[in-house]
Amino acid sequence: MASLKEMRNRISSVKATQKITKAMQMVAAAKLRRSQDAAEAARPYARRLSNVIANLAAGVSGDGAPALLAGTGRDDRHLVIVAAADRGLAGGFTSSIVRAARERIDALVAQGKEVKIVCVGKKVTAQLKRPYGDKVIENFDLSAYRQFTLSVAQPIADVVTRLYEAGEVDVVTLFYSRFKSVVQQVPTALQLVPAVVEGAEAASGPAAVYEYEPSEEAILETLLPRNLTVQILSALLDNMAGFYASQMTAMDNATRNAGDMIKRYTLEYNRSRQAQITKELIEIISGAEAV
Amino acid sequence: MAKLHFSLVAPERELFSAEVDQVDAPGTEGDFGVLPNHAPFMTTLREGRVTVRDGSTVRLFDIQGGFADVGPDGLTILAEHAVEAV
Repeated sequence: MASLKEMRNRISSVKATQKITKAMQMVAAAKLRRSQDAAEAARPYARRLSNVIANLAAGVSGDGAPALLAGTGRDDRHLVIVAAADRGLAGGFTSSIVRAARERIDALVAQGKEVKIVCVGKKVTAQLKRPYGDKVIENFDLSAYRQFTLSVAQPIADVVTRLYEAGEVDVVTLFYSRFKSVVQQVPTALQLVPAVVEGAEAASGPAAVYEYEPSEEAILETLLPRNLTVQILSALLDNMAGFYASQMTAMDNATRNAGDMIKRYTLEYNRSRQAQITKELIEIISGAEAV
Repeated sequence: MAKLHFSLVAPERELFSAEVDQVDAPGTEGDFGVLPNHAPFMTTLREGRVTVRDGSTVRLFDIQGGFADVGPDGLTILAEHAVEAV
């Protein structure tokens, strides 16, 4: 059994840890609010852009459609982008995204497809480097950015367009965590290329004849790469909010566990202190009786 | 008189969204003005200034590239970069 001094030390060390986790929880809560606002504010742009593309795509379906929209007509070579966190201490945030991605990658490999992987986030690189070292072609470390803007998402989008235009990939999928609520983040696979046009059916038979300046194709040609960047950006923003939410929950749990531990140790400490006092008293009394 | 619904959206946030009288914007193939009930029209934008007129008030925004989309529900400008000019 541990001595009283050892137990005192252990209690104070757990208390120190509890202070740290408590502080981290509060910092995460503050950052969560900020990143949630950022994710919310970026939504109108993404929504409008995909509306515009849906309208345009309805008009140019067929041979004239740009490659980013139409695809190469095959799905032999896949590019999988896995975006999660640069930092840890956020429960299973990164692991849940990576697990979803690994399932897909393994399924694709089993089908005999060629798979390339791009890691976004230091923790993703750490988790994917070992099983798929030969497939990882690029790593991004975003820990230096405090806020995500288009210029952060641009290099990732550039990799996609470069590979796509070089004809090295047919399908591009992005794995990230969709921020549903503070307690719920869903690992999601988003197909970036060929672009999935939402609501194209609903908008078919355009209500009015649009005039384009310059041509429809030229507009679409510039819009699609932009849409790619915006989609990646909004995934990153969702990830950021999800990361802080998950860190907040993890730190809240850690604080509570530390509290439980302190209670248990204190009880044990008091018991053994009491036992020692009783033992000493018995010794004194029996000593006195013997005299 | 009918009003034109105009919204100016940057990737980070929505800068402006309200009913106005007229909007002038710099298209890649020339500046253009949009009044209420404009015919559907879509264009790319170059760097320049967007002028928003509503009654006697005028607001100015500096934008860098993007798209303008005039539809039945108004004018939407998706700018790559936009700030309100002072």
